Amino acid sequence: MGSMKNIGELVCPAGTPAALRTAVDAGADAVYCGFRNATNARNFPGLNFSPDELKAAVFYAHEKGAKVLLALNTYPAAGGVDLWRDAAALGANAGVDALIVADIGVAHYIAEKHPDIRLHLSVQAAASSAEAIRYYCEHFGVKRVVLPRILTIPEIRTIRKEIPCEIETFIFGNHGLMVEGRCTLTNYLTGQSTNMDGVCSPASQVTYQQEKDGRMSSCLGGFTIDWFEPNEKAGYPTICKGRYTAPHRPEGYYAFEEPIGLNLSNLLGDLMEVGVHAFKIEGRQRSKSYVRSVVETFRQAVDDIRAGVPPDLEKLSVLTEGQKQTQGAFQTKKWR
Amino acid sequence: MQPKLTLGPIAYHWAASRKVDFYAQIADEAPIDTVYLGETICSKRAPFVERDLPKIIDRLEAAGKQVVLCSLAEIMLPRERKATADLAELEDIEIEINNAAGLYARGRRSHRIGPFFSAYNEATIQWMESQGATHICLPVELPAPALKIASKAALAESMGVEVMVFGRASLAVSARCYHARAYGRTKDNCRFVCEEHDDGMPLATRDGKPILRINGIQTQSESYLNLLAETENLSGFGVTHFRLMPQAVDMTAVATVFQNKIDGVLDLEEADNRLAQICLGCNFSNGFFHGTAGYRKIQKLAEGV
Repeated sequence: MGSMKNIGELVCPAGTPAALRTAVDAGADAVYCGFRNATNARNFPGLNFSPDELKAAVFYAHEKGAKVLLALNTYPAAGGVDLWRDAAALGANAGVDALIVADIGVAHYIAEKHPDIRLHLSVQAAASSAEAIRYYCEHFGVKRVVLPRILTIPEIRTIRKEIPCEIETFIFGNHGLMVEGRCTLTNYLTGQSTNMDGVCSPASQVTYQQEKDGRMSSCLGGFTIDWFEPNEKAGYPTICKGRYTAPHRPEGYYAFEEPIGLNLSNLLGDLMEVGVHAFKIEGRQRSKSYVRSVVETFRQAVDDIRAGVPPDLEKLSVLTEGQKQTQGAFQTKKWR
Repeated sequence: MQPKLTLGPIAYHWAASRKVDFYAQIADEAPIDTVYLGETICSKRAPFVERDLPKIIDRLEAAGKQVVLCSLAEIMLPRERKATADLAELEDIEIEINNAAGLYARGRRSHRIGPFFSAYNEATIQWMESQGATHICLPVELPAPALKIASKAALAESMGVEVMVFGRASLAVSARCYHARAYGRTKDNCRFVCEEHDDGMPLATRDGKPILRINGIQTQSESYLNLLAETENLSGFGVTHFRLMPQAVDMTAVATVFQNKIDGVLDLEEADNRLAQICLGCNFSNGFFHGTAGYRKIQKLAEGV
C-alpha cells in the first residue's frame, strides 16, 4: 500500500492555539484555523487566532512537521473586502501553508498578490461538479477542493478523474445539510449571516425556556427550533436540526435532519482507494480533549489502512453528536 | 433612469398547463420588462418545463418582453451537468447562470449572474464583468449599504443591476429533497409530491409559529419579501431592475402595484394596502435590507444609508 502514502492526509480543527498544539501533538498532518473576525466561517465567541497567535502556531506546527491552513472562507459584503485582503497578507506573513477561500473576489486577489501561496477551495464555495471545480483551478490556480458533503463515493471517484487538483473530504463531525455558501437560514432568523459574518445559529441568540408542562423549549432568535419532554435531552437549536410541523405532520418532525454527526470511519479505506488526498475533521468549536481523542484515533486508523491492517474505530462513535451517527450522502443516494 | 420590473423564474412545480396560462397573462397584461424562464431548483422537474418552453418564449417575445433562460442552482448529477452545458451553448437568447459549472461552460460569452451565485462584493462583480457578465441579480441577504456599493461597482462596469423586491426569499438549497422527506420518500422516488404545494409547503414551529417553506431541495422564507418602501432608495443606489418572484397570487396585479409605486401613481401607503389585499394572509418582510433578521418588517430606512 505504498501508493497511499500521499493520500489520506489528516486535516484537523484548531479553534484555539491550545487546540492547535493538541491536534499537532496527536498526529495531525495539517491543522486549519481562522482569525478572530468575520473572515472565517467559525466566527464564534472565544475561538480563533490573533495575528501573533497565528505566527506562533505556524512556528509550532512547522517544527513538528505539520502544515497550517488558514480559513478565509466567508463572503465579504460589498465595501468590506479589505478585511479579507488584510487577513490574506497576515496569513502570508505568518507563513501559512495554504489559504482556504470561497469568494471569487478574494480568490482572484490572492492569486494575483500572493501567487506563491497554495489556494484551497472551501466547502463554502459549493463546487459540486468537475466543471465548477475546474473553473476555480483554471482561473485562480486552486490546488485542492474541499468537496461538499453531498456526493457518493462512486461520484467522488468520477470527479477525481476529471479535475486537475487534490480532493479533501469531510470524514467526521458536524453533518451540514444545506449547500454551504448558499445558506441564509441563520440570517433570516437572527440578522447574522453565515456567509458574510461566519455565524451559524449563534449562541448569543439561543434561549432555553422551561414550559409549565415540564417541556424545555430550545429557541433561536425567539423561534422555537425544538422542544423536549422532561425525559429527553434538550439539544442546541441549530435551524436545520430542529423539529417543525407541516400540515400533514402536526406532531412535529425533523424536516431537514436529526441531530446527528457525520462519521465516515468505516469508509476510510474506500475513500483512500478512490484517491481522496485529505480527510477533514470538523470541530473548531470542540474541546481539546475531543480534538485529542478524534485526531489520535484517526491517525491510528489511517496508519493502519496504509499498513494493510483493519482499523479499530469503535471509540469514535461515542464522540459523535447526540451519540448518533450517519454516513450521510457518501454511502447511498437514498440519503438525498 | 427608472428601474424596470422583471419576473424571476417560477420556483415551484406548477403544472405545465398552468405555466402556459400564467405566462400568457403576463405577456398580455403585466407591466414587466424581462421574464426569466427555466427550472432553477430541481433537474427532475426540467422535462415538464422544457416541452412548452419554445411556445412560452414566442408568446412573451411577441408581447415585447425580453426573455432570459436560467440555469439550475445546484449542479452535481450527469443530467444536470449536461443541461448546463447545453444551456451555455445557446447563442440567440440571453442566459442567467447560477452556478460555477455554468460559468465554466459559458467561458467569456455574454451572460447574466443569477441570485443563487454568491456575488457579494465589488471585487467579485468586477471579476464577473471581466469574464463576460453583463447583468447581475444581487444576493437577497445583502443589506442596504452593501447593495449601494455593489450597485455602483456594477454600474461602473456598465452592467445591469437587479435586486429582488417581492416574493419568498430563497434561504437555502440542498442535495436532499425535503419535500420527499416530509412524505417518507427520497429524491429518486419522490413521485413529484412537491406539486401539492404551489406556494411551498409551510413549516411551523412546534408552538405554532409559521417559520419556513419547503420547495423540493429549496428552503424559502415564510414571509414574502416586500421592498415597496425602498423602491426610491434602490433606484438611488443605481439598481436598474426590480425582480418579482412568482408566487401563487395574482402576479399581474402585484406587478401593477409595483409599477404604479415606481411611477408615483400610488403612494407607499396605498401601494402597501393593495399588495396586502392581493396577498391575503401573507406576512411581509424587509429585514435583510435593513441589516436585521430577514423575517422582520422594519418601518423606516436606517439613518445614514
